[in-house]
Amino acid sequence: MIVADLVQYVVTGLLVGGVYALMSIGLALIFGVMRVVNFAQGDFMMLGMYLTYWLAIGYGVDPLLGALLTIPPFFVLGLVVHRLLLVHVTGRGDPQREMDAQLILTLGLSLIITNAVTMLLSPEPRGIKTAYATQAFVVGPILVNQARSYAFAMALLLAVVVYVFLTRTDLGKALRAAADDPEAAGYQAIDVRTMHGVAFGIGIALVAAAGGLLATYYPIEPTVAVNFIVLMFVAVVLGGLGSIPGAFIGGIVIGLVQSLTLLVLPFQLQNVGVFVAFLLVLYLRPQGLFGQRVRTV
Amino acid sequence: MSSRRRGWIAIAIVVAVGLGLSFALQERYHHRILTLVFVWATMGLAWNIISGYGGQTSFGHQAFFGIGAYTTLLLIIKAGLTPWIGMLAGAAAAVGAAVLIGFPTFRLGGIYFALATLAYPLIFRIVMEFLGYQEVAIPMERERAALFMQFTDPRAYDLLALALLAATLALSHAIETSRLGYWLRALKENEAAAEAMGVDSFRVKMIGYMLSAAPAALVGAVYAHAILFVVTPDGVFGVLVTVQTLTVSLVGGIGSLWGPLIGAALMIPISETLDATLGDRLPGIQGVVYGLALVAIILFAPEGLYWRVRNAILARRAPAPRAARPMPSVPVEAIPAARPAGAVLMEVRDVSKAFIGLQALFDVSFDVRDGEILGIIGPNGAGKTTLFNVLNGFLVPERGQVRFRGEATTGLRPSALCRRGVGRTFQVVRTFPHMTVLDNVMVGAFVRDRAEAPARARALAALALVGLADRADAVPAGLTTLELRLMELARCMATAPRLVLLDEPLAGLSGDGIDVMTSMIRRLRAGGTTVAIIEHTMQALLRLADRLVVLDQGRRIAEGAPVDVTRDPAVIEAYLGKKWLRAATAPQT
Repeated sequence: MIVADLVQYVVTGLLVGGVYALMSIGLALIFGVMRVVNFAQGDFMMLGMYLTYWLAIGYGVDPLLGALLTIPPFFVLGLVVHRLLLVHVTGRGDPQREMDAQLILTLGLSLIITNAVTMLLSPEPRGIKTAYATQAFVVGPILVNQARSYAFAMALLLAVVVYVFLTRTDLGKALRAAADDPEAAGYQAIDVRTMHGVAFGIGIALVAAAGGLLATYYPIEPTVAVNFIVLMFVAVVLGGLGSIPGAFIGGIVIGLVQSLTLLVLPFQLQNVGVFVAFLLVLYLRPQGLFGQRVRTV
Repeated sequence: MSSRRRGWIAIAIVVAVGLGLSFALQERYHHRILTLVFVWATMGLAWNIISGYGGQTSFGHQAFFGIGAYTTLLLIIKAGLTPWIGMLAGAAAAVGAAVLIGFPTFRLGGIYFALATLAYPLIFRIVMEFLGYQEVAIPMERERAALFMQFTDPRAYDLLALALLAATLALSHAIETSRLGYWLRALKENEAAAEAMGVDSFRVKMIGYMLSAAPAALVGAVYAHAILFVVTPDGVFGVLVTVQTLTVSLVGGIGSLWGPLIGAALMIPISETLDATLGDRLPGIQGVVYGLALVAIILFAPEGLYWRVRNAILARRAPAPRAARPMPSVPVEAIPAARPAGAVLMEVRDVSKAFIGLQALFDVSFDVRDGEILGIIGPNGAGKTTLFNVLNGFLVPERGQVRFRGEATTGLRPSALCRRGVGRTFQVVRTFPHMTVLDNVMVGAFVRDRAEAPARARALAALALVGLADRADAVPAGLTTLELRLMELARCMATAPRLVLLDEPLAGLSGDGIDVMTSMIRRLRAGGTTVAIIEHTMQALLRLADRLVVLDQGRRIAEGAPVDVTRDPAVIEAYLGKKWLRAATAPQT
C-alpha cells in the first residue's frame, strides 16, 4: 500500500514535471544563447494559457492542439520584444551591470503584462473544461490523470523536436555557436543579434505552449506567473544555467520534489520543498547538477 | 566645504522640508502619500546599501521588511510588547536573518546571489500562511495608544516615517564617507582588485547586508502600523514590496544618497494618485506604472535621474580639455645601487597547480629575499601569472607551500595576504572605473588607516610618490596607459606592502614610459620595498633585476644573476628553440 502511494506520487510528479521541463527549456535556451535571465518568462506562459483558453472557448479548439497553435504567434512576439527592448541591454558593456539591467527590464515587462491582463481581462480565475481533465487511466492501484498524461506526452514531444532542431539543423547549430562564442560566431557570418532574436522567440513560444498544456488542468489567472517563474528558475539552475538537457531534467526533478514533498509536509508547504532544494543546489553545486564549474578569476 | 559637511546639511534640509510638508498638508489622504514617500525612500535607501553601493543586487529585500512587520506584530499579540521595542527586536531578527542568508549566499557570485535572494521571501510567505498568519490585525489599544504606535493624527505617522528616513539617510551618508563605503564601491567595481587591495570581500558584503537589513525591518514595522493595520504575507513579503523598492531606487539612481529619495518623491505620488482615481476600475494600474517606469529607466536613463542630472551639470561646468600634459616624471636623484640582499622574505616550495587538463605549475621553488628586485621571466604560457595568483592568494596550489616572513600563507585570501604586506598589480590594469584616482588609491590606504582623513593623506602621499598628485580627481578612463599603471602602483603602495608583485608592469608602455616605470621601481626598492616582477621580455629585466627566476611550461628552469641566466642553455632553448641552442653552444670555428 505504501509502495503504491509512493509510485502514485512519483507518477504524478513525473507528469507535472514534464510540463515544467518544457517551460524550463525555453528559459534555458534564452539564457544559454543571450545570457539573459528572463523574469517575464512566467508572464508569457500566462499569455499562452489565455490564448489557448480563448481558442478553446471561442472556437472550440482542443487545448492540446491550442497549445501547439500558440507557438507561431509567440515566436513572432518574442522577435518583436527582443527587437524593441532586449536589444538595448545585450552584448555591450560590463556583463555584471548588463545582467542587472536585463533582470530589471524583464521584471518591468513582467509587471506590465501581469497587471495589464488583470486590468483588461479581470483577475477572476478561469478554466478550460475538457472531457479528459477529470478522467484517469487506471493502472493497477495507480490513477493516472488523463489531462496530465496528454500534456506530458506533448511536452516530451516538443522537447525532442527542440533537441533535434538544435543538434541537426543549420539554424540550430548557428544558435549554439552564437551561445558558445558570440565573437567567433560573428566571424563565421552568423548574425548574433538575429540569433538572439530567434532564441528569444523560440524560448517564448515554448513557454507559451507549456502554458497551453498546463491550461488543460490548471486554473488560468493573471497572477499565475509568480508561482511558475520561480519553479523555472529552480529547474534551470538545477540543470546548470543555460544547459537545455539540464533544464529538461531539472524540470522533471522539480515536479518530483514538489510531489514527494507531500509525503512529509502538508499541502500548503508543497513549494517549500522546491525552494529548499533550490537553495541546497545553489549552495552545494551552483554549477547545477550537470553543468561545469566556471572559473571566475 | 567638505563633501562630508555638505551631506549633513543636505540631510537637514530634507528633514526641514519633510517637517514643513507634514505641517502644511491638511487632508488625511495627502498625509498617507507623504508617509508612503518616506517609507519607500527609506526602504530604497536600505536596499541601496548592499545593492547600490555594494553592487550585490538583492531581489528579496522584502524578506527583512516582512520580518520587521511580523516580529513587531506577533510580539504585540503574544507578549503585549510595545512596538517601540518590538520593532527593535524585528530589526535584530532581520539582521540575524541577513547573517543566515548572507553566509552561504555571498560565496556565490553575481547572478546566483540575486536568484538565491528570490527564494527567501517566498519561503517566509508560505510559512507564514501555513502557520495561520494570513491576516493579522493590529489589536486596538485605545488606552495606551501612543505606547502602541496608534495615532489618530496622521502627522504622527509622517513624523515617524520621516525620523526613520533621516536615520537611514544619516546611516547611508556615514557609510558613503567611511572605509566601508569605499570598500563596498570597490567590490562593486572590481571584486578581484578589491580583494588584492586588502578588502575582505565576504566580510564587507556581510556587514553591508546586515546594515541594509535593519532599516528595512524598522520601516516594515512602521508601514504595518501607519498603512496596513492588517498584515498579510502578501502585503509584506509580496512581490510588490520589492518592486516598489527597486523602482524608487532605480528611477532615482542607485549608489547615491539621493536617488531613492528622488525616486520615491516622484513615483509614489504618481502611483498612489492613479490607484486612487482609477484603481477601482483598473485594478492593476499601479503595477503597470511601476513596470513602465522600470522599462523606461533601463532604456533611457539606466543610471537613474540623480546621476543623469548631476552628470549633465558637471559636464556643463567642466573646463575645456587641457593641452597635452607632460609625462609624469620621477625625480632622478641618485638612486642607491642594489643593496646586498637580506634575509628570505618569501619562500616558495614545490608549488604545483593544475587546471583541467593543464599543469600550469610543476614543483616550483625559489626564495624572494628582503630588499631585492627579483625578475620572474618565461615565454608566454610559462605559468608566471598563475604563480603570482598563488603567491597572493587568488589560487590555492594543489601541492607545495608558500611562506611569507616565516608564516605559512597557502590558503589565505588575497585580502589577508595584503594585510600581511603582499601587494599586487595586474597584467591588465584593474581599476575601479567609476571612482576617482584618489578614491582608487584610498581603497588600498584604508587597509592601514581606518579613518577617512589619514587614509586620504596616505593615498595622496602614494600618488605624489608616483608623480600623479595632479591627477587625483580624474577618473581612470581619462588616464594614459602609463598613468593607469602608475595609479595601480600607487594603490598598491598605499597598502604599505613589504613585497610587491608586479605583473608585467612594462606591458603596453612606450620607451619613455618604460624608463619612468623602471626608475619608479628602483625608487620603491630604495625605499625599502622588495619587488618581484613578471615579464616575458627578458631585455627590460636584465638591467633592472638583481636576480632572475626563469619559468618554462610550469617548471623553474633557471635561477641566478641576469648575466648567468641569459647564458644558460635551458633558457636559450626555452626562448629560442633547440636550433638556436645548437648555434649558441656550437664550438666556434
